[in-house]
Amino acid sequence: MEETIRFSLNGKKTEIKIDPTQTLLWVLRNQLELTGTKYGCGMGFCGACTVLINKEPVRSCMLPIGDIAGKKVVTIEGLEKKGRLHPLQKAFIEHDALQCGYCTPGMIMTATAMLMKNPSPTRQEIVDGLEDNLCRCGTHVRIIEAVQTAAKEMKGGK
Amino acid sequence: MKKRENNSEEITRTGGTMDMKRRSFVKLLGGGIFIFFQPWSALEILSLPAEQARSLTKDYNAFLQIAEDGTVSCFTGKIEMGQGIITSLAQEMAEELNVPFEKVKMVMGDTDLCPYDAGTWGSMTTRGFGPNMRAAAAEARAVLLDLASAQLGVPVTQLEVKDGEITDTKNPQNKVTYAALAKGKKLEKYLDVKPLPEDYSKFTYVGKPYKRVDSRLKVTGQAIYTGDRKLPGMLHARLLRPPSHGAKLASVDVSGAEKVEGVKVIRDGDFIAVVSENREKADEAIVKIKADYTFNEMKVNDKTLFDWILKAESRSNVARTKGDIEAGSQLCDKTFESEYHDPYLAHAPIETHTALAVLEGDRLTVWASTQSPFGLQDGIVRETGFPREKVRVITPFVGGGFGGKGAYQQGVEAAKLAKLTGKPVMVTWTRDEEFFYDTFHPAGVIKINSGIDKSGIIQMWDYHVWMSGTRGSDTIYDVPNAKTTSYSENTKVSPVHPFGTGPWRAPNNNANTFARESQIDIMASAAGIDPLEFRLKNLKDDKMIDCLKAVAEKFGYVADKAPSGRGIGIACGIDAGTWVANMAEIKVDKATGKVQVVRIACAQDMGLCVNPEGALIQMEGCLTMGLGYTLTEEVQFEGGDVNTRGFDTYEIPRFSWLPKIDCVILDRKGKAPQGGGEPAIIAVGAAVGNAIYDATGARLYRMPFTPERVLEALKKVRET
Repeated sequence: MEETIRFSLNGKKTEIKIDPTQTLLWVLRNQLELTGTKYGCGMGFCGACTVLINKEPVRSCMLPIGDIAGKKVVTIEGLEKKGRLHPLQKAFIEHDALQCGYCTPGMIMTATAMLMKNPSPTRQEIVDGLEDNLCRCGTHVRIIEAVQTAAKEMKGGK
Repeated sequence: MKKRENNSEEITRTGGTMDMKRRSFVKLLGGGIFIFFQPWSALEILSLPAEQARSLTKDYNAFLQIAEDGTVSCFTGKIEMGQGIITSLAQEMAEELNVPFEKVKMVMGDTDLCPYDAGTWGSMTTRGFGPNMRAAAAEARAVLLDLASAQLGVPVTQLEVKDGEITDTKNPQNKVTYAALAKGKKLEKYLDVKPLPEDYSKFTYVGKPYKRVDSRLKVTGQAIYTGDRKLPGMLHARLLRPPSHGAKLASVDVSGAEKVEGVKVIRDGDFIAVVSENREKADEAIVKIKADYTFNEMKVNDKTLFDWILKAESRSNVARTKGDIEAGSQLCDKTFESEYHDPYLAHAPIETHTALAVLEGDRLTVWASTQSPFGLQDGIVRETGFPREKVRVITPFVGGGFGGKGAYQQGVEAAKLAKLTGKPVMVTWTRDEEFFYDTFHPAGVIKINSGIDKSGIIQMWDYHVWMSGTRGSDTIYDVPNAKTTSYSENTKVSPVHPFGTGPWRAPNNNANTFARESQIDIMASAAGIDPLEFRLKNLKDDKMIDCLKAVAEKFGYVADKAPSGRGIGIACGIDAGTWVANMAEIKVDKATGKVQVVRIACAQDMGLCVNPEGALIQMEGCLTMGLGYTLTEEVQFEGGDVNTRGFDTYEIPRFSWLPKIDCVILDRKGKAPQGGGEPAIIAVGAAVGNAIYDATGARLYRMPFTPERVLEALKKVRET
């Protein structure tokens, strides 16, 4: 049953011997000890488990690990580069765009994918892009502002 | 003040377990200066649930430590679930001790280290715990000055404290730091502390906006929540759940589950679980258990609910009365009778109830996402028989609570399983379990009979509230003849709720404010008076008048009587010592019945605002979360079976719902700080309901205002 799955995880070559039907979320959390990716609903409705797979935002709670063979996976832990936070991480801090923080990794990963595709999103595009990520604390207004700030910074950096 | 110097760990002041606790406490933390105090304010004691009054010890509790590196640790039984007290309490501590903000470390929700606390709820931290903490910190500062005076050889009056350093004002070279005073010491001080009258105007840290101290951890995925802990040999558990509340296990066949690789079935009577090192194997196994149940459900569902509530034999209580309702009726030109309905609501935090328990020797340690670590400790003692001093509960970051994590069943489950398996056990409720075992906001009915005289003055107000409780049921308007009667569940004679209920952010105030403020609007409209003017005319409460005027200014309100067709609504209320007024502007799609809130403004008088940034975040959060109970949230059920068990059926606010939000915090520096985590949520439903009326002339008496209900109300308007 077990197979060896090879993929890139946060820029590092990774190899794991595992039942390929196991779900990426729990493999990340339990085997690979990356707990920044959260369990929220297990059904793809809340977005707390969002990771990037080949730059696309994906709900890791719905994805068998077998599907990521040969692909590039980025989790919230992979955004910081050499001690430098990703502009979105910085902007979330700057805008206090979080309360309990549980949805935050999924929000940031979804926004990261959005800005890779569309570096200058309008407010409406940000709203549309984050629509299926749930936040119960009601931090939405600040999250939008943080994404706008990050977008500005990222363009300036190019 | 009692002072004791004690260089050994032998502490003899009190006997029993607290004594042991303190000894282990000092041992755990090593050297430095320790301050112990009695963390009880009258307010906090009044709010204690009766069952927890046991812990109202007169003993002194560990409170703060000044370590040898000058770090000040503050120990509090409160927990951080997003509301931001990890930042605001540190600000208050820095203020009183005159140490840099960065030097303050909050140690929260650990039953071994922190003073007893009933729970983090009711917006009690800042107004209840805060004054005690500040008073004790001020005393601690006095202790440090005493020590410095001895060391520097000058009187205290000649000393000045800044940034954790005490200086001789006549000889600035003669100085000593808190760190140096703490060095090599194991010094304990006992304080009889009472909150002091304070001069809030001289604050350095308090009253200034501070950003969250936990955000870096939270944006990098490094913040540790309960489910993020991992222990060697840890098992993941799934529990067998009944299909509905009230169902009893009749027979069970676990053989299918036992066949799943790496899974063990644990059974203790009806308590049945599967455990595995692999979470998904546990998921696979739990559905293979075949179980039959007997059903003894209540014959109620979300359609028949409100009749059911009114028919139940309840216990009535006159909460407040003034003047005479009959006499008041005689003075009225017009009277109005209305009935308002409010459903069950789920808390729906994104982090489900989670706990990890481990048994080491005879000591049980439980990490749990809970608003009540000490409550969970009590629960474990009650349900597992562990002695209290052998149970330690630790609360890491909590992924949202909103009242729902005052309930701690998952912690007891993990504790039982750790005992039964001898291994560390993690219990992470699924979303389905979260929506099933949540202690819902109780549904309620409110009937109001009220009347105005010819000049639009309210002369009579007869208010009856079933099951919703009285928080927020104050009349607030200046009515000479007013009465509030509350009817509560008589569980022995006539149980009402088919499942567990409990406090939900600003418990029941949302329902009471919705009813009162809708009724006020009905009267304003009938009197032909602008709803803001009508309120101001009937209010004598200066704080409320100020809030209404402030929100009107922020909103740019122009007076008009409702329905004006503009879609603007007003509502106000009081919660947790804080006064709130809202104005909302909405759009109604008359074809679909969908309501979009375009903008919402809120003005709040919360006394001194400790952290304006944190308070603002809480206001925005309340206004956004409030859109949920206003527009969509409603638990649907049939008997004990909950039908809304996912985010697909229980819809919470999303980005596209977001109105433009404007908040005003009134500057009240001279006043004691009040609650901030809940108040701004109370008037959202009422303001939006009144705005729907203003837009369309359709009055909604039942929350949430779903498209279906809006269409129905619009139809009624057309028919009349």
